[in-house]
Amino acid sequence: MTMLHSATEPLRLLTVPPPTAALKQHLNRGQARVADDDNTGFIAQMQAIADRQDEAAFAALFAHFAPRIKGFLMKSGATAAQAEDCAQDVMATVWRKAAMFDPTRANVSTWIFTIARNRRIDLLRRDRRPEPEDLPWGPEPERDQVDAMVLQQETDRLGQAMAALPQEQRDLVEQAYFGDLSHSEIANITGLPLGTIKSRIRLAINKLRQAMT
Amino acid sequence: MIRHHLNDTLLMAYSAGQLPEAHNLAVATHISLCDDCRARLESFDAVGGAVMEQTDAVALSEQSLAATMARIRSAPPVQHAPIAKRGIFPTPLQDYVGGDLDAVRWRAIGGGVKQAILPTAKGASARLLRIPGGMAVPDHSHGGLELTLVLQGAFSDEDGRFARGDIEIADQDVTHTPMAEPGDDCICLAVTDAPLRFNSLIPRLLQPFLKI
Repeated sequence: MTMLHSATEPLRLLTVPPPTAALKQHLNRGQARVADDDNTGFIAQMQAIADRQDEAAFAALFAHFAPRIKGFLMKSGATAAQAEDCAQDVMATVWRKAAMFDPTRANVSTWIFTIARNRRIDLLRRDRRPEPEDLPWGPEPERDQVDAMVLQQETDRLGQAMAALPQEQRDLVEQAYFGDLSHSEIANITGLPLGTIKSRIRLAINKLRQAMT
Repeated sequence: MIRHHLNDTLLMAYSAGQLPEAHNLAVATHISLCDDCRARLESFDAVGGAVMEQTDAVALSEQSLAATMARIRSAPPVQHAPIAKRGIFPTPLQDYVGGDLDAVRWRAIGGGVKQAILPTAKGASARLLRIPGGMAVPDHSHGGLELTLVLQGAFSDEDGRFARGDIEIADQDVTHTPMAEPGDDCICLAVTDAPLRFNSLIPRLLQPFLKI
């Protein structure tokens, strides 16, 4: 199986021309536009880093995400100093792994969250965190722009649905992700509308598998 | 075709990083074999992304960006992790075994059954079990959450038939008697967060010596 792209070829994560009117209409189904624009911006920044090691793009991502990573780690029990050190490490990983980001399977926040979560275990526990085997990889398949846009929109909707949950459920979800709930307490969490997002991700995984055969 | 999957609680707990290492290993190994559960996991990761996005930001020091660029310059780009050679054990399990099935160092525990304890953190345990076709694992009852993932062969018990990729989730109060199907040895990854207790007499006597 061929390895990664060569250093001389630019890597195409996905092409992101300005949204057409039709695409804007598709995206703007009465939802706040800000989140969509942010996400599109973050994806473009990720691509700039992957393609040409764009430091200005990285600085923009850093400005938005590093303080949230730090806040997340502190809520998870890290000290401010540990959290800052770890947040820098996570952002450095974001840079180094930028070519692996797949906008048809996750938005940038989700992807960065998974890196922070994996790093958190080194920080706060001594255990390792076994990860699932990578999907087969090779020359990166051309990723469908609409697939990515739809996934981004579904993720935004999930965020809005979470904000609209009854306070008690919202608190439980936060506690779970900050590390304060046991497995049996997590069983009490209900009401997260994950059906559509799960289907989109499933499709994206299928496409990757097909592209590899 | 996989019929027995992880449930939402386990997937959310894995996504949130709240499982012991042994359970993480079982979850990661199942997901390596199951695209449905992989998609479900990634949807829970989206929940985590939203939680992090909605967390109050805490400012970093002024030099933090420069310090991060310094880290970047001193480390090489990350490559895709190598996928272990196609075998019986998916990559995360091979990492703990030090290879595929033929690398496992089995120890007999009576009744024709063999086991190999894997090096995971205290508080939960992960072991490989090898049950000859047609044999039963002795009656045992649980103190906690047990996961049994089939990697080769199949077993049946009160909850159905479990073949490669299937994962059985059992918690307190369940006593089950898995019976391995005739044919290939049934090889499972068995994870528990409580000492495994066997009801039959001989295995109970052996228990302290075998760290069961």
